Amino acid sequence: MELIKLTIDNRTVEVEKGTTIFHAAKKLGIEIPTLCYMNLKDLNIEHKPGGCRICVVEVEGRRNLAPSCATECMEGMVVKTHTVRVLNARRTVLELIISDHPFDCLICAKSGNCDLQSLAIKLGVRDIPFQGEKSTYKPDFSPAIIRDMDKCIMCRRCETMCNDFQTVGVLSGINRGFEAVVAPAFERDLDHSECTYCGQCVAVCPTGALTEVDHTKNVIAALSDSKKTVVVQTAPAVRAALGEEFGLEAGTLVTGKMVAALRQLGFDYVFDTDFAADLTIMEEGTELLDRLTRHLGGDKEVKLPILTSCCPGWVNFFEYNYPDMMDVPSTARSPQQMFGAIAKTYFAEKINVKREDMVVVSIMPCVAKKYECTREEFATDGNPDVDFSISTRELAHFIKSANINFNALPDEDFDKPLGESTGAAVIFGTTGGVIEAAARTAYELHTGKTLEKVDFEALRGFDGIRSASVDFDGVDIKIGIAHGLGNARKMLDDVKAGRSEFHAIEIMACPGGCIGGGGQPLHHGDSSVLRARAKAIYSEDESKVLRKSHENPSIIKLYEEYLGKPGSEKAHHLLHTHYFDKKSKQVLLD
Amino acid sequence: MTSVKLKLKESDVQKLKEVAKSFNNEAGELINVLHKAQEIFGYLPAEVQEVVAQELNVPVAKVYGVVTFYSFFTMLPRGRYPISICTGTACYVRGAEKVLDEFKRILKIPVGETTSDGKFSITCLRCVGACGLAPVVMVGDKTYGRVTTDGVKDILKEYDTED
Repeated sequence: MELIKLTIDNRTVEVEKGTTIFHAAKKLGIEIPTLCYMNLKDLNIEHKPGGCRICVVEVEGRRNLAPSCATECMEGMVVKTHTVRVLNARRTVLELIISDHPFDCLICAKSGNCDLQSLAIKLGVRDIPFQGEKSTYKPDFSPAIIRDMDKCIMCRRCETMCNDFQTVGVLSGINRGFEAVVAPAFERDLDHSECTYCGQCVAVCPTGALTEVDHTKNVIAALSDSKKTVVVQTAPAVRAALGEEFGLEAGTLVTGKMVAALRQLGFDYVFDTDFAADLTIMEEGTELLDRLTRHLGGDKEVKLPILTSCCPGWVNFFEYNYPDMMDVPSTARSPQQMFGAIAKTYFAEKINVKREDMVVVSIMPCVAKKYECTREEFATDGNPDVDFSISTRELAHFIKSANINFNALPDEDFDKPLGESTGAAVIFGTTGGVIEAAARTAYELHTGKTLEKVDFEALRGFDGIRSASVDFDGVDIKIGIAHGLGNARKMLDDVKAGRSEFHAIEIMACPGGCIGGGGQPLHHGDSSVLRARAKAIYSEDESKVLRKSHENPSIIKLYEEYLGKPGSEKAHHLLHTHYFDKKSKQVLLD
Repeated sequence: MTSVKLKLKESDVQKLKEVAKSFNNEAGELINVLHKAQEIFGYLPAEVQEVVAQELNVPVAKVYGVVTFYSFFTMLPRGRYPISICTGTACYVRGAEKVLDEFKRILKIPVGETTSDGKFSITCLRCVGACGLAPVVMVGDKTYGRVTTDGVKDILKEYDTED
């Protein structure tokens, strides 16, 4: 490792060869501003197009200013990051960017959370000396994501996430010069592209160009309708991130406060998607065991590995990319949809409320869930099982707008029965969690023995692709885990080519699993936030008395009273689904 | 953008697939393959870009990004007699813009479009390496030098009888 010495703002720093000025400055505690650079260390994603030119610095002996994010340090280099020349250039660049940006900050969905706005505040921009043409594009409203390209600053972070990390390949820079913009092929809208609605473009967009569809208004309308019984479910990853929106440190668990806030907002029943996660394990775990037993018994017909199907971004991805493998994923619905189906049947009957008088709202770390609940197969006579899905960010806005002092709220418990859950359910929120939960239950059902150590450390971690063996009393169960759709693609291609020997695979579309979902509080490029959230999730699991899904008393009761046993006809009708070949359905110019 | 899906000629599609194969179906050869595709089809409609994307295993959005970036590539069918006016520096200072305006005026189409009878189309290009003849106009493969606004209708007249 070769070390290089250089001077930045009259201070000497030693860095490894190949380090950029941007990172060398960071080492000295100097934060050079940028709008396009993005480094998600934990995910091995570095985006440095050197395009925004906000990070320029002066390098002695060099005629032009240098973009610090894309300029490597040299021995003896003398760098100045805040000379008059640098500050003037930086301001001019920012003024030029803003001159082609709408001035509707007051009503922009990203207001208060926008990198462009923050920089304008930081540099004290008070007027824009440049007047000229502004780019205008037709806004694109999909079921989950809104593209308002008038607000695009061409940082192209979304393109990197969509292409390099997710390998979805929907977004690309098109045209040139003033007309240049990021768009799907042939400027179709997202709804007519192969977009999976994973929302990772939304998660990294520095401005209001990419935002989620906001359903808060619909939720408020339902809450103010006295004829409606409004039921809410909260996904496991939400409790590990919501606190960030209220200034709490990343990784602070706010489960109890979240429940209290939802109750104050007026929801009639505050339930937990974790309940449905336990239910998912009952159905998916049974399916896994069934396929496994038949496979071990020599049945050549049975398809292995079984793939998890909780993640709607992932489901979209395989429907577009692997239509020939549609019999491989589990047929179990996602926890969000299982919850909706049970709430509007079993629970509605229990409290004697008609289906059409019940509104089910979900709080999700996800934007694809907004799309998922609009899928036709998840409705009865046009009435959806889940009416509206709002993101962690939308819930935070909702709580703030209701003038609730979140941090001062007491801890409250979920309502029963659909609020009862085990530790196995909460780890659904992080990569590896679903398969660990499944292993806990499948082990006991398969071996008939009690699992002494419930923590499967081998299944945890942050590597994009992981594999581990779990000993089922002498039988080695090979498990694969992938998070991020690019990693999922690698794993699936191995399965397809017969190179993989896994019995079961868990796949999550987002980095880190749901904790890194497109609907979570923005990490602003700091991926250590995701690790903190994962830690919080595991600590909630540890704090639970019951940590195996099949021990959940409300789940046991649900089967006794209503479903019979896992995989029963009724369970199939309510809790399972089928998939569609979206590739051949894709009509080019419709 | 049209709302009807184009039906490409199967033999042309086959030709394009062979072109892609001759470049080992490498993603890095995208621009070369697009050049050949435009030779085969005369232009690059969405349907052709879909085939290129599939053959080179790159997202179609990426293909579209490249097609819209380079002015050489066109998504509109060109006329039987494609007119290219050089607007490079030398031609520009010697009056290329006035010549261009005259073509637009007579043919009643803007740059990048084709007359309704499909006969002529107008594009601009940058320098054909004949600056001594500035301003330069090309119709198909034929080059015209020192073109004046008065000379424009004479050029167009040459193609009257051939129709």
